[in-house]
Amino acid sequence: MLTLALLLLPLLASLGTFMLRREAVKVYALISSAIQFGLTAYVLCLFTGDAGEQFQFNFPWVEALGISLHMGLDGISILLVALTNVLVPLIILSSFRNNYSHPAAFYGLILFMQFALVGVFAALDGFLFYIFWELALIPIWFICLLWGGADRVRITLKFFIYTLTGSLLMLVGLILIYLQTPAPHSFSIEALYQASLTAEMQGWLFWCFFIAFAIKIPVFPLHTWQPDTYTDAPAQGSMLLSGIMLKMGIYGIIRWMLPVLPEGIAQWGEVAMMLCATGIVYASCLAIVQKDFKRLIAYSSIAHVGLITAGVFTLTISGLQGSMVQMLAHGVNVTGLFFIADIIQRRMKTREMSELGGLANNTPLFTILFMIVLLGSVALPLTNGFVGEFLLLNGVYQYSAWLAAVCGLTIILGAVYMFRAYQKVMLGEAHERSVEFTGLANSEKAVLIIIAFLILAGGIYPKPILTIAQPALEEVLLQIQDIY
Amino acid sequence: MHQFTWLIPVLPLLGFILIGVLNKRLPVNLSGGIASAAVLLSFLLSLAVFREVQLHTAVPERIVLFEWITAGDLQIDFSFLIDRLSSIMLLVVTGVGTLIHIYSIGYMKHEPDHARFFSYLNLFIFFMLLLVMGSNYIVMFAGWEGVGLCSYLLIGFWFKNTEYNNAAKKAFIMNRIGDLGFLLGVFLIFLTFGSVSFKEVFEGARSFSSNDPAITAICILLFIGAMGKSAQIPLYTWLPDAMAGPTPVSALIHAATMVTAGIYMVVRSNVLYSLSPYASEIVAIIGLATAFFAATIGLKQNDIKKVLAYSTVSQLGYMFVALGVGAYDTALFHVITHAFFKALLFLGAGSVIHAMSGEQDIRRMGGLKPSLPVTHFTFLIGTLAIAGLPPFAGFFSKDEILAVTHGHSLTMFAILSVTSVMTAVYMFRLYWLVFYGDFRGTEHQKSHVHESPSSMTIPLIVLAALSTLGGFIGMPEIFHAPHVLKEFLAPVIWKSPEHTASHSFEYMLIGVSLVALLVIMYLTWTTYVKRKVLPEEEEAIPSGLPRLLSNKYYVDEIYNTLITRPLDRLSAFANKYIETGVIDHLVNSTGKSLSGFSGVLRYVQTGNIGGYIFSMVIGILLILVLTLIV
Amino acid sequence: MNSILNHVPIEYYLGLAAILFTIGVLGVLFRRNAIIIFMCIELMLNAVNLLLTAFSTLHGDAGGQVMVFFIMAVAAAEVAVGLAILVMIYNNVRTVDINVMNKLKW
Repeated sequence: MLTLALLLLPLLASLGTFMLRREAVKVYALISSAIQFGLTAYVLCLFTGDAGEQFQFNFPWVEALGISLHMGLDGISILLVALTNVLVPLIILSSFRNNYSHPAAFYGLILFMQFALVGVFAALDGFLFYIFWELALIPIWFICLLWGGADRVRITLKFFIYTLTGSLLMLVGLILIYLQTPAPHSFSIEALYQASLTAEMQGWLFWCFFIAFAIKIPVFPLHTWQPDTYTDAPAQGSMLLSGIMLKMGIYGIIRWMLPVLPEGIAQWGEVAMMLCATGIVYASCLAIVQKDFKRLIAYSSIAHVGLITAGVFTLTISGLQGSMVQMLAHGVNVTGLFFIADIIQRRMKTREMSELGGLANNTPLFTILFMIVLLGSVALPLTNGFVGEFLLLNGVYQYSAWLAAVCGLTIILGAVYMFRAYQKVMLGEAHERSVEFTGLANSEKAVLIIIAFLILAGGIYPKPILTIAQPALEEVLLQIQDIY
Repeated sequence: MHQFTWLIPVLPLLGFILIGVLNKRLPVNLSGGIASAAVLLSFLLSLAVFREVQLHTAVPERIVLFEWITAGDLQIDFSFLIDRLSSIMLLVVTGVGTLIHIYSIGYMKHEPDHARFFSYLNLFIFFMLLLVMGSNYIVMFAGWEGVGLCSYLLIGFWFKNTEYNNAAKKAFIMNRIGDLGFLLGVFLIFLTFGSVSFKEVFEGARSFSSNDPAITAICILLFIGAMGKSAQIPLYTWLPDAMAGPTPVSALIHAATMVTAGIYMVVRSNVLYSLSPYASEIVAIIGLATAFFAATIGLKQNDIKKVLAYSTVSQLGYMFVALGVGAYDTALFHVITHAFFKALLFLGAGSVIHAMSGEQDIRRMGGLKPSLPVTHFTFLIGTLAIAGLPPFAGFFSKDEILAVTHGHSLTMFAILSVTSVMTAVYMFRLYWLVFYGDFRGTEHQKSHVHESPSSMTIPLIVLAALSTLGGFIGMPEIFHAPHVLKEFLAPVIWKSPEHTASHSFEYMLIGVSLVALLVIMYLTWTTYVKRKVLPEEEEAIPSGLPRLLSNKYYVDEIYNTLITRPLDRLSAFANKYIETGVIDHLVNSTGKSLSGFSGVLRYVQTGNIGGYIFSMVIGILLILVLTLIV
Repeated sequence: MNSILNHVPIEYYLGLAAILFTIGVLGVLFRRNAIIIFMCIELMLNAVNLLLTAFSTLHGDAGGQVMVFFIMAVAAAEVAVGLAILVMIYNNVRTVDINVMNKLKW
């Protein structure tokens, strides 16, 4: 029942925004997301480590087709739900200094997005998963379309169609598996696990699912919608997209691909890992030459999630644990980076790094907080990024040493582009415009300090995350071994 | 005692947080005072720990703070290892650290941003202690990367200067290249031994045969990490550039402590390296090459800090030679003495720069002896120590390295001897040019020349004393005194090579080096003091070898052409052509071809309702007919 | 019930319905006035209705007649909406000629 509460609270809250007056909406959205966060914390407290799916509810929906409203939380989903519910209040708070037109619609859509994301992470029915997967696309599309930058119409259309194409492939795949489930056919996750699929069919299904997830993540070479969209979306849109939404893809691989299509992964997993490794190096190189700070973050994000995806396909506990930690870490870090880009853009009216510089002169607090976020992003030990990257690379190393060496280049290249960017934006002599860059507003301070805290806390004491995820991930690996 | 051991790194961390939070509200004496006090307390605690280790426990003491990272079989505790090796390094780090902190109070007096400086310095000590105390490779790596970060922050301390920022960035990135090697080494360690904790790894390694490929690979990968951190060929070029930081930073980080982390790591892993003669040979060869080439570059540098920087690189090479030939305790011995005299030299150089109002070019100095008596005297001791004059500290450790190298390979011994001659040459060149001859600076500088305040000179004196006496912890056999350090370290060194050098050889070595040193002193004196030869200005340097040396073999330029620029070009090319021209083009053309196809089809929609109805009726009729036929 | 069919055999209903339906189809095809097309559609619907009732009587199954009520309800709703649209169109373009209403193309 608690899952249902977690799911419905943001939905009701989002409907509520339309009944409020403009000024009150921000605060209302923040409060409701804070309540949601409190509820999540409560659920986390009740969560017991190795009890499998918990807080389940299961209502029949379309019985003839074996579709049910079946949701629940295990170690993997609860962490991602927690990530969602930690980041959404921060994202809402981060928008306090922006004056978006039609705030009711804006915050309503963010809360609706939260609803859909929780649904994706908690769904235990294939069809339900698909519904929420698509549902999540709608609010973010509107957010990008209505509050985006100059070229938003073209870019959001591309984004929408690109991801929708992938989703349709997934739907086809889902139905194909559904038809192979033991009679009476069912979309429930247990039934999908039991589907009898030939190796050849799994090979095809692998690509149906992988392409869908790879577009969302995005994995090279299906990434070209991403830099444009991240750059053009409003800051909060970029945060939602990169902070939470792309985790849907990785979560999808862990929950809906690994246990269902083990033989498909045996056939094609190596190819997927090659793509990821190529993507890491490729995106890192591209990040080096970007001139727009937000675009640089976008490319760095491709590199990071490439490593996460590679870690998942290693099918080692280290790689999977790393991917869990890094999903959370990346969510927090990239939200911080996009927020920093937004703070700078709002004050300096530009994101071109060549026009920035010397910001460190007048804003010591901002400089420190930026530094911490940056360190998290380059995976310095004692920040959350390190724990994730270490486990991921360790997993990849167990898979193949050479691949780990290639993926490990992210350590070097990440430092290259991040420190270059930091230098161009923050360091150097202050010029006329950067002198006007004064301290942070309270809401901005709050967001960045919380993010910095999360980065350090996740790096120094990641144990709670690892403990929660461990049994669920072992379960996933066990299922794969069963089928082999 | 051990219940307080965790305070050793935590105290500097608290200092960092306190100073960082209060920041500019603190006056310089207070921010420096807090920072120094934190490190001093750590030093006192380290002293207590050292005593304890010395008296009671030969068994390494493991202190687990909390479980850090766990994933399946991988269990990494955040834990400290207090054994003879780490306790002695603790003393060096906190001891030299305290002195340099105190020195900095005077040195940074006029710096408005002093709080930031001291907080970084404390943070550095924290990470360095983490590196030294870690009981597994991951905690060590945390410190390893952390000191790299502090090095970045402190090299780029004056962040308005783009050149300094570039130097800082270069240091961090070059270190990161090494760090990748280190990390891969750790992964291989985990794969081979199923653990990353020192205890289990070394115990597991003992059952491996010599030159096992896995062990060799681990050693080489870890050594790549050491190359980055300890500035060995080919990753050494960041260290001379790192001199952009404030001078106390150069003394603390880039001479005494951080750069020796690589040596510490190899000594810590001596079990592994003993098992891999191949890897050890590589270590020795790279160390030798670094020692030699850096010394040749040092001969032609004119920036007082650059000379010292190349000498540091060269001395680090020495230590790696010692490691490579298996004399781990000797390498650590040199780490300790080097920490004393190199910190002393850097701080002395800082004092000179301070007196010269920021001038660093030795061609603009000269004749400073009368006005800087303390600095001069201590600098002289430092110079004698690094040149290896008995009985100063450097003599003993350097001699020991030469002796063990002699037992290993004659060629190496020969090259190393030539290097030590060069060391003496460039150090005396520096010494004579700075303190003797005529004053060559501006009038303005001349009127400002003054001895540094006591907060700066006291550390100098202490370090000078240490540089004089420090060598007695490791006396050669012929003096019939116990080699205190060797005995102390014996439990942590797995296999020590037998001391092969004969007594007659030892005597000869001492005699020859003494004579050689006196000759060098005389020759350099005649050149730079009597004949007043000055190094040429940049334009006047004759082409050929001198120009090559003065331009540091153009290594930076070569790296630029071979790595940096191709990477940039390639990335720009990928950004411009592959990204938009190939990948995105494919995506877009899929969309375009679809809309092109529908562009043709749309003409079916005439808008004529009659037409629609007609075609509908026809369609229904067709379906009807077809169903009837079939 | 069957007595009705005794007087008028089922073939007659079939024939009448076919004629009505054909008139409806032809009307839709050849007339241009939207209202007349509308009426012709009604004619077709009613032709179907007639058949449904006839066969329902023949088979003694009330289902067919239920269907008729459905159709009548739908037709009524359709008329309401359709006529409203036509009125709007007439108000705007002063004609209900379908050949004029060809704006929804390509």
